[in-house]
Amino acid sequence: MVLLESLIGWSRAQFALTAAYHWLFVPLTLGLALIMGIMETLYVTKKDDFWRGTAKFWQKLFGINFAIGVATGLILEFEFGTNWSNYSWFVGDIFGAPLAIEGIVAFFLEATFLPLMFFGWKKLSPKWHLAATWLGGLGATISAWWILVANAWMQHPVGMAFNPVTVRNEMVSFADVALQGMAVTKFLHTVSSAWMTGAVFVVGVCCWYLLRKRNEEMARRSLRIAVIVGIASTFIVMGTGDRSGVEIAKHQPMKLAAAEGLMDGGTQAPFSIVPGIEVPGVLSILATHDLNGYVPGINDLKREGEAKMARGRQALEDFRLFRETMDTDSAAAAVHAQKLAENVEFFGYGHIENADQLVPPVPIVFWAFRVMVGAGGLLLLVLLLFLWFEWKRKEEFPKWLLHAGLWSIPLVYIAGQAGWAVAEVGRQPWIIQDLMPVNAAISELPSSNVIVTFFLFLLIFTALLIAEIKIMCKAIKNHEAL
Amino acid sequence: MITYTFLQHYWCFLVCLLAGLLVFLMFVQGANSLIFSLGRTEDERQLIINSTGRKWEYTFTTLVTFGGAFFASFPLFYSTSFGGAYWVWMLILASFVLQAVAYEYQSKPGNTLGRDTYRWFLVINGFFGPFLVGAAVATFYTGAAFLVSKGAIGGVEAASLGDAGGGLVISRWANAWHGLDALANPWNWVLGFAVFFLARTLGILYVMNNVEEDNLRSRGSVRLIGTAGLFVLFFLAFLFHVLTKEGFAVAADGTVSMEPYKYLHNLLDMWYVAAAFVLGVVLVLYGIIRTIISKTYVGGIWPAGIGTVLTVTALLLLAAWNGTAYYPSTADLQSSLTLQNSCSSEFTLRTMAWVSLIIPFVLAYIFFAWRAIDKKKLTKEELTTDDHKY
Repeated sequence: MVLLESLIGWSRAQFALTAAYHWLFVPLTLGLALIMGIMETLYVTKKDDFWRGTAKFWQKLFGINFAIGVATGLILEFEFGTNWSNYSWFVGDIFGAPLAIEGIVAFFLEATFLPLMFFGWKKLSPKWHLAATWLGGLGATISAWWILVANAWMQHPVGMAFNPVTVRNEMVSFADVALQGMAVTKFLHTVSSAWMTGAVFVVGVCCWYLLRKRNEEMARRSLRIAVIVGIASTFIVMGTGDRSGVEIAKHQPMKLAAAEGLMDGGTQAPFSIVPGIEVPGVLSILATHDLNGYVPGINDLKREGEAKMARGRQALEDFRLFRETMDTDSAAAAVHAQKLAENVEFFGYGHIENADQLVPPVPIVFWAFRVMVGAGGLLLLVLLLFLWFEWKRKEEFPKWLLHAGLWSIPLVYIAGQAGWAVAEVGRQPWIIQDLMPVNAAISELPSSNVIVTFFLFLLIFTALLIAEIKIMCKAIKNHEAL
Repeated sequence: MITYTFLQHYWCFLVCLLAGLLVFLMFVQGANSLIFSLGRTEDERQLIINSTGRKWEYTFTTLVTFGGAFFASFPLFYSTSFGGAYWVWMLILASFVLQAVAYEYQSKPGNTLGRDTYRWFLVINGFFGPFLVGAAVATFYTGAAFLVSKGAIGGVEAASLGDAGGGLVISRWANAWHGLDALANPWNWVLGFAVFFLARTLGILYVMNNVEEDNLRSRGSVRLIGTAGLFVLFFLAFLFHVLTKEGFAVAADGTVSMEPYKYLHNLLDMWYVAAAFVLGVVLVLYGIIRTIISKTYVGGIWPAGIGTVLTVTALLLLAAWNGTAYYPSTADLQSSLTLQNSCSSEFTLRTMAWVSLIIPFVLAYIFFAWRAIDKKKLTKEELTTDDHKY
């Protein structure tokens, strides 16, 4: 049992490591793609060479960041098979489709048009080059759509039915899988947070130039665009975050309870700013849009979970009886299949040994949520201050604001990582909500193998991250705008 | 009438076609494996890197799409091979990660590890990428040691969970080597080397076509003789072995049994596959031989590339169509994966078939973009004037 836990722990650690690194690079790809696209559009529409040079500079930084995002993404896709082989069969009928569509529809757009963007300045007309830039960015964004469809399905599985003969869930409605509300919300929330990352990155770099009084025109004009993109995307992040809260309350109440550290639920549930400081009723409003809305706590959900565990064990028992009789006694098998169908939505609970396992690591989720929201609020404040000074047509931004803009870069990454932790740690122990806990999803491997690959990837990713940061800093430092 | 059986075969064809395209696009790896030997001067090495650097994303994307399509259409393979032959896939992935960043980082100031380290990453991927992919694909004919019991997930038909101690895992590897055991079979090495030398052959042909540099072209023409010769040697050895060995036949009830000359029978039974195979081989040989003989011909990558796609696709179809277990188990014959027992549901295959109609459109814009980039051959002058170079 200890060894099983070790295998699960290391498999999760490896996936978390890859996803965390992936999510360091992808937001900047998506965000810079939008900002570069806007700048190049200004070049083409206004025929202003300033924007050509400026777009090319941000494109250079985009190129440094892009490849490592692609590389970590490749590993993530294959890790579903290498480390979660049971998962791959149990839901591959549904989960594989978005990944395949992502490859066919999105990745080829990226792979085709981004090289055209990098190498096509002298080979294409300005309009065709602009089209290549937007199409490359569109490819990256469509890719985000499909991977978030897959992720949303893991958080809220819909559009499928369990088949006890093939022992897997099978898709019955592609539209439900691809267009469910949670997928739409997740896409908008995640992609707008990526635009925010790109915008804050540009703001930070511009602040560095302005502090050193270098490339000032480029910095000032780039900053203007980035601030507008940043503020607009922050508002989308906030709006979709609110929507996401309601959906989580409905479909993943344990995640919400953990994010709030709410042990016992009720109506007019308070929102905890930090432990000990609560605002009455706000959690009910956030979760249900109703002051008197009921929000269950961790203890309530554990009690509910015990009943679901009993039904889950019954589902496993009926499944076992079905498998035993399906080849020998079709009438008995039909009865067991019928009984299984009554409890199959709790199938995953059959693998849970005690209700404590239903609770995710509360301190991580609780604090990650606060870091995400707090950092997001601070970033919005910084961006609004830049807008204020721009609006007032101040000749120079105050130094303290430029420093704040510069330090917003690490802050936006911390916010992004914290958001990921809320979403993914908060849904533990489930790899697919209610259907499959992580302990039933793993590949049969000696944990020592996973430990070796974990450290191999840790070493590679960290070395490449250090290299990327150094290359990026050099490129920024060495740039001289025309 | 589009039946479930048709859809299984259709998706098998698409996956095999993606594999064929992947092997063709591994000209990137093949050329990279020669950075230090084909390119003697810094200029020549830069030309090779910048030439393959404009195409590496196609190879990468095809690999990802191959994985995604396999997952969507035959998830039991994804579960069994990736989860079981862990080390083979992990090594392939690690080598591709190193490649992806090496292009952008190798010439940039502040890259920490130094230019040559990144170039060696390209060389490492250039060797191990094709070789390991070839060795992994060879197991479609030679088999792999795994067991499958789908009921295990519910605690029935229980499987033992190695050192972890459990019983829930559907697909298990039957030994502790987790994929490295593939290297114990010499025929897996043979196909590994065949794919590696094919990638090198295509790499030389691609560089000769894409880079306008006399030294590289004349040196490439000479290197082509030895490289292509080794490719033909390993390829023919593997082909002879496959066509004369026992194969893994599937009966109508799903029972798997050994059948002498199964793959030869498949070739003879499926004339269209045989025709594609023969045409593919002829095109590959034409591309190679004409390039070696002619002093001026540098278009060999195109017949050889198209021939590669046809040959690999046909060869893989021999392992899967005509009642054949495409991923045979040497540990338990009845655990072998067939199109029928490993595929997705009819609904999913049908839905994905609609999605696959986008593929011709994708190929069309790739054609447009490829032409736009390669309209003018890469020269030293371009590298000195272009501000975006690797």
